[in-house]
Amino acid sequence: MTTVDRGACPYPFSEAQGLELDPEYGRLRDNGELARVRMPYGGEAWMATSYEDVKTVLGDPRFSRAATLGADVPRMMPLIQNETNLLTMDPPDHSRLRKLVAKAFTMRRIEMLRPRAQEVVDGLLDDIEAQGPPADLVEGLALPLPITMICELLGVPYEDRDKFRAWSDAALAFNAFTLEEIQAGRDGLREYLAGLVAQRREQPTDDLLGVLVQARDEEDRLSEAELVQFGVTLLVAGHETTANQTGNFLFTLLSTPHLLRDLRENPELLNPAIEEMLRMTPLGTAAGFPRIATEDVVLSGTLVRAGEAVMTQLASANRDGGVFDHGDEIDFHRENNPHIAFGHGVHHCLGAQLARLELQVAVGSVLNRFPDLRFAVPVEEVPFKTGRLIRGLRALPVTW
Amino acid sequence: MADGRWNVAIDSGTCIGSGVCAGTSPKYFKLDGGYGTPVADEVDADDEVVTAAESCPMEAILVREVGTDKVIAPLD
Repeated sequence: MTTVDRGACPYPFSEAQGLELDPEYGRLRDNGELARVRMPYGGEAWMATSYEDVKTVLGDPRFSRAATLGADVPRMMPLIQNETNLLTMDPPDHSRLRKLVAKAFTMRRIEMLRPRAQEVVDGLLDDIEAQGPPADLVEGLALPLPITMICELLGVPYEDRDKFRAWSDAALAFNAFTLEEIQAGRDGLREYLAGLVAQRREQPTDDLLGVLVQARDEEDRLSEAELVQFGVTLLVAGHETTANQTGNFLFTLLSTPHLLRDLRENPELLNPAIEEMLRMTPLGTAAGFPRIATEDVVLSGTLVRAGEAVMTQLASANRDGGVFDHGDEIDFHRENNPHIAFGHGVHHCLGAQLARLELQVAVGSVLNRFPDLRFAVPVEEVPFKTGRLIRGLRALPVTW
Repeated sequence: MADGRWNVAIDSGTCIGSGVCAGTSPKYFKLDGGYGTPVADEVDADDEVVTAAESCPMEAILVREVGTDKVIAPLD
């Protein structure tokens, strides 16, 4: 067991560049080290980078998310998280909430939405085609698809998208906005969802928000604050992630000719290609949400003491050579791909199947529709956003 | 509260190893080789088993009443 103090490394190791993963993660992982890092806020933490350690931290009940609530824990985000939501809960409270909506997100139920997703994408691509090149696939496709789908599932009016997009963008920032703007984004989302909840008390609905209101009012299965934050979480998580990954995946394809050619020549590889890009595309600009050890646990030979914080780097785990052959290469023909891009354990992404559906339909359809699709600007001029929790393009200018 | 004996099975061809079941209910589920597996095939009825089964994104967990084969979870 290691007891030598190696000294904490300032984190993040570097500012995220495009979709590149800082090589320091791979070095730490391949050395079998549990890293000691000094986070931008809240002090020092451990950082897990190997597949095994990351899965342990995410899946083992000895690591708690609830223990971070309202505490000045080591973290990326400037504000202390003091609102309880699905992501800050442990079982059994987490299970109580998640199961209220879990059925709506099963593989079987989501597959029933495929025709609707295809219809939405076809309509968006019709508009893009009618307008003629060049087009921005972020505004034209990557954003409106997941927003439409989650709005319809939850029962949020699509006309309100500019409002909640702006709040959501600020709420997930670490230095792209001021503290006041970040707080205003969170407040805006909470008040907006509280308003939609109130509407449902006047006029019941059978959308997911309606189901949650009923679970609260008729069966007392969650508190009012839990209800409102559940709506916020579903709305934000339901579009930010997939919208950004859709743009990121198309960027990867358009900037890597052999991958694009492989997929065009072998369209049956669409689903494995989406899984492989999920594995290889770091969605987060930095390691994700902290967890607190509730008892002493040994990770990679290092003792993590009860009360200490551990960060996880999913993108690094997803390239672990012990699990994935030539783990740093994108290979659409990979046979075994047990990636953890959607996390692991109780917080495994509730919307994973919906995200897969949207990514498959969006990427597959855009390649079919535009056989000669390419960037409308030099690749180095395709703009990435900065200062946010999640990586993504500001715009994806294409021509055909 | 539930009573009686239940049979718990996981369809290994459907399981994606999300770890939701083992995290939700380590008493009844564990991961073996990365995939979910029941700790015991037959258990005393307990709502916690249903919660875990209903939280599976793949609906890979089948809970049936011993003797009658009545499906306890997943239900629509």
